[in-house]
Amino acid sequence: MPIDYLSILIFILVIVGFSIGTVVISSFLGKKRPTYFKCMPYECGIDPVKDAQTKFEPKFYLVCLVFLLFDIELVFLYPFALISDNLGLVGLIEIIIFIFILFIGYLFAWKLNIFNWIKGRSSASH
Amino acid sequence: MILTIILIFIKIVIVFSVVMGLVAYIPYVERKLIGDMQRRIGPSVVGPFGIFQPIADGLKLLFKEEVIPLKADKLLFVLSPVIVVCAALLGICVIPWGDYFLVDCLGKPIISLGYIANINVSLLFIIAVSSLGVYGIVFSGWSSNSKYSLLGGIRATSQLISYEITGSVVILTVALSAKSLSLVEIVNYQKSSVWLIIPQIIGFIIFLICGFAETNRIPFDLPEAESELVSGYHTEYSSMKFAMFYMGEYAHILVFSCLIVVVFLGGWLPPFNIFPFNLIPGTLWFGLKVSIFVLLFIWVRATLPRVRFDQLMNLNWKILLPVAFANFLISAILVIAF
Repeated sequence: MPIDYLSILIFILVIVGFSIGTVVISSFLGKKRPTYFKCMPYECGIDPVKDAQTKFEPKFYLVCLVFLLFDIELVFLYPFALISDNLGLVGLIEIIIFIFILFIGYLFAWKLNIFNWIKGRSSASH
Repeated sequence: MILTIILIFIKIVIVFSVVMGLVAYIPYVERKLIGDMQRRIGPSVVGPFGIFQPIADGLKLLFKEEVIPLKADKLLFVLSPVIVVCAALLGICVIPWGDYFLVDCLGKPIISLGYIANINVSLLFIIAVSSLGVYGIVFSGWSSNSKYSLLGGIRATSQLISYEITGSVVILTVALSAKSLSLVEIVNYQKSSVWLIIPQIIGFIIFLICGFAETNRIPFDLPEAESELVSGYHTEYSSMKFAMFYMGEYAHILVFSCLIVVVFLGGWLPPFNIFPFNLIPGTLWFGLKVSIFVLLFIWVRATLPRVRFDQLMNLNWKILLPVAFANFLISAILVIAF
């Protein structure tokens, strides 16, 4: 087993070295003739309007929150999947209760229209 | 010990070269095949049948000027293609492609020639590492300071994390059936019973759809939808850094194809363990199955149109995720009952 982790470490070193090396080499090989207009962010050929690092749709944050919920749920489910034979029926019932509780949270998120991306067609407006 | 490390290093360098060769030639095969499907010729100028096209492209991009936008966050801007490539390639090191060992004169195995590393959490490792690629995409979208990049970046992020959950639920169901997270153990389990595609056909279909979404391929290539976002999160990139995003994408396709073959299609096992099939070496079967999936990716790109973003999110959150969880619960009940 230690030899496997050692292999992974060597592999990481090889690919990190490769990718950083590629970036560095290409930055030395390519000519550099920056002009003001060349270094402007692309915006259909006109001068950029305002800064780009600005506010965006809050729905993306909500999706991230729901992602966290489900990801942590999955972390709890992996041990169950591996030892489900030893746990037997009790473990199964506990896992069903666990998923049921999270299912209520999922329905709540659905009710909040997190999964609805078209504003006019949300179920709240009906 | 030193000898073992040197052998491991040689093995890794060989595997890495083969993988990079494949990553360079999948785009060539893609352009050629899509050309045929659209009744064009495709690349045909550089070398016979345009066979040296990837090398020419790589060299051209290597010598191109590197443009960094004025207001960009320089460190993150340079770092993100590195993260994307590393995260995509790292999955390779736990993929098994055969069961061969290099033995010393006493018949004791020194190192395996069938995989780089066989750890008992391979599946979790692949999930963890491939989702690290999200950081590269977020950084590239944010640091470019361009509106198209930002929109592409956040779209890609929400798409990737959404489909990652569904994919992980399917992996969970597989772990439940095989009682292991090690890919070698999963293949051995399939050797003793049937290929997991047969009991887990629903999981297989869901996982395939998740694969298309996680590699940002058509029909789910919303992050780089040309008609609305120019090129998505890599709009501002040029030179080799631009090529590295493509490298990352094709490496991701390769790793995903390998993963789905190992998990659902029995890895290096022949379809039937009878006379004409088991003469062909296992690695050849593995390569055959992987190339089928890579060709499927290309075929789908030539066939399907792009979906809308709300359709993409609906498909995952309202259809695939509940179905994947139902699949998990039913499998759990069946596994414990029988």
